Amino acid sequence: MRDPAFPHRHLLGIEGLTPAEINYLLDLSDRYVDVNRGAEKTSSVLAGRTIVNLFFENSTRTRTSFELAAKRLGAHVINMQVETSSVAKGETLIDTAVTLNAMHPDVLAVRHPDSGAVKLLADKVNCGVVNGGDGSHEHPTQALLDALTIRRRKGRLNGLLVAICGDVLHSRVARSNFLLLLTMGARVRIIAPRTLIPSAVDRLGVEVFTDMNAGLKGVDIVMMLRVQNERMRGSFIPSIREYFHFFGLDRDKLAQAKPDALIMHPGPMNRGTEIDSDVADDVERSVIREQVELGVAVRMAVLEVLAKNAMANSASSLKRTGS
Amino acid sequence: MSITKPGRIAYINARILDPASGFDGPGELLTSGEEIVDVGRKLFDGKPPSDVTVVDCEGQCLAPGLVDMRVQLREPGEEHKETLESASEAAVASGVTTMVCLPNTNPIMDDEPTLEFVARRARMLALTKVYCYGAVTKGLLGKELAEMGLLAEAGALAFTDATRAIADAQVMRRALQYCATFGLMIVQHPEEPTLATGVMNAGEIATRMGLAGVPREAEIIMLERDIRLVAMTNGRYHAAHISTADSVEIIARAKADGLKVTCDTAPFYFALNELAVGDYRTFAKLSPPVRAEADRLAIVEGLKNGVIDAIASDHSPQDSDSKRLPFPQAAFGGSGLETLLAVSLDLHHNGDMSLLDVLRRLTVAPAELLGLEAGRLAKGRKADLTIFNPDEGWKVIADNFKSKSKNSPFDGRPVQGRVLRTVVDGRTVFNLMADAHPRAGAKKAQAR
Repeated sequence: MRDPAFPHRHLLGIEGLTPAEINYLLDLSDRYVDVNRGAEKTSSVLAGRTIVNLFFENSTRTRTSFELAAKRLGAHVINMQVETSSVAKGETLIDTAVTLNAMHPDVLAVRHPDSGAVKLLADKVNCGVVNGGDGSHEHPTQALLDALTIRRRKGRLNGLLVAICGDVLHSRVARSNFLLLLTMGARVRIIAPRTLIPSAVDRLGVEVFTDMNAGLKGVDIVMMLRVQNERMRGSFIPSIREYFHFFGLDRDKLAQAKPDALIMHPGPMNRGTEIDSDVADDVERSVIREQVELGVAVRMAVLEVLAKNAMANSASSLKRTGS
Repeated sequence: MSITKPGRIAYINARILDPASGFDGPGELLTSGEEIVDVGRKLFDGKPPSDVTVVDCEGQCLAPGLVDMRVQLREPGEEHKETLESASEAAVASGVTTMVCLPNTNPIMDDEPTLEFVARRARMLALTKVYCYGAVTKGLLGKELAEMGLLAEAGALAFTDATRAIADAQVMRRALQYCATFGLMIVQHPEEPTLATGVMNAGEIATRMGLAGVPREAEIIMLERDIRLVAMTNGRYHAAHISTADSVEIIARAKADGLKVTCDTAPFYFALNELAVGDYRTFAKLSPPVRAEADRLAIVEGLKNGVIDAIASDHSPQDSDSKRLPFPQAAFGGSGLETLLAVSLDLHHNGDMSLLDVLRRLTVAPAELLGLEAGRLAKGRKADLTIFNPDEGWKVIADNFKSKSKNSPFDGRPVQGRVLRTVVDGRTVFNLMADAHPRAGAKKAQAR
């Protein structure tokens, strides 16, 4: 039987999750934070299960985080870094999915540069799929770990004022984050030059600002987003210098936020582009390292729930075959 | 040039024209230092205090100095065509107390040092006030956004790629969005470059002359596209030197739709038509080209009904080497500063517009478009003034221009309206009146 508190086969995005489901995952994650801080980090919750990290895009942190999470739960982990070379070989995404599926994994953690690709793959496999980031669409485990970080520091999500600053247009982190935060009753502002604000984003329930000083006024949380360098050479932004001047987080701009406002960043940071080192390394305010730590706990919780649901799934399908 | 701070000066016996307040009548104006202290029908009861210098305007028009929102500088880079000094002298001789310059200098104004160089040179000259546009794209190449935020902080009033259209729709969209981030305006040269490959207005005359035409559609298509992008981005857009009847309609519709769209035109487009090119006169080779008579009439109508917000000189100095060439090879552009007021006054003399209305399009209207304080006769404003005789006739003789370049399509044209005095920040910087240098006064007496 699937977990009644989180009865989904996949975690493809934050969209569609209920506050109770989100809280359930966060509560479970909280427990793994304690486990990870203890001496005995490894358990046998997923002993004998197979988790495949299927990454169609370069990633060190997220892949490592998933890998560590799976190993601490006692699962077998296989990392597949599918470079463009295999695309050149002509294998389609669906072929890859079918091939992997034949090997009976329990959960696939998938990252892909195209929005919607993880969903396409999930539709073709029998195991559980967790979206490790698809294009500019969603990155649900990042939003969960950000929410966990905030909840542990502030005690709640409801009623908080959160600013998400930077390249919202291309950011799956931003989308998952504001969907989760809005679902949990927080207020969300996005702050960016208009070239980096997705069209009609205000219709999704966020407030839009183009001035950092105005947008950061009174916020509880400042989430900075990474800006890709290739977008800084005149296509969306004239230059790094200009971007940092107007949108980089430094002490002056941060002074607009609440005195106890937290600074977050999904990493990897571009110091001097979107964030001043002085602010990024401020131990009082910056929770950037904590985000990385809690990421492992969140992924343990997600893998546990999805692997158990996957087992229940195959058990029930076996039963159906048997009858 | 040494600058002494002016004392108190009373301008009496004037016909005061202030388009911003709508005042047109006899009156007096008092300045102190750089500012206007008072303006009204009777400030002194006929007896200005003894510590005040009196300028008798002899009943002539006293108006805000003109704000010319489209001037091409050639300094830095092409000083043989025009320097900041020659352009400034040309400006004050025609009542222009503020000019706004395009970024197509060499180096291009896409960085702060070039802007600051021009600002410093202009301060040293202390003639007309000089402001600059910044480039929208790096190198005016139409591809990558220039550092518009930083340029605005360094003093750029608005952004344009000068005589080049921002042709790529994606670049224009992002430029509008990026400028909207900071509340900045984009000024477009509205011309689809793939259609604008000719050298004069497309039509019967171009065909007779065997010259390649620039169709009106080059302007119309670009304007229509841009208006769509403005609606999409909620950007602030200004179309420079519109030249066709359809352009007036397009802008009128955009304004009616509540879009942040404005436009200007130049005297070339309401005072000339394509016949000016007859006999292959390269001085009338302009961009956009002067159009058909029906277009000219529509531009006049657009000025009358206010669809066209401002008149700019579109001053584009070219040396004779660039113009004494076969028509297709000659450079585009006309000298415009020194004929700006006189040719614009045609609109008044022809009975199309009131004097006040013509002045509005030359003063407060462009000032407001660019967020400048200039262009008003009001207490506390800078004393930037021009005194002119609207009726005095003269003949345009380009050789007499202060501008280094003589490429005026109006050369030889009889016009009406003579600038007698120009005041910038309370200081007289150009003067043909009785209190001027004796020789200048004598010259003026002869001219009469």
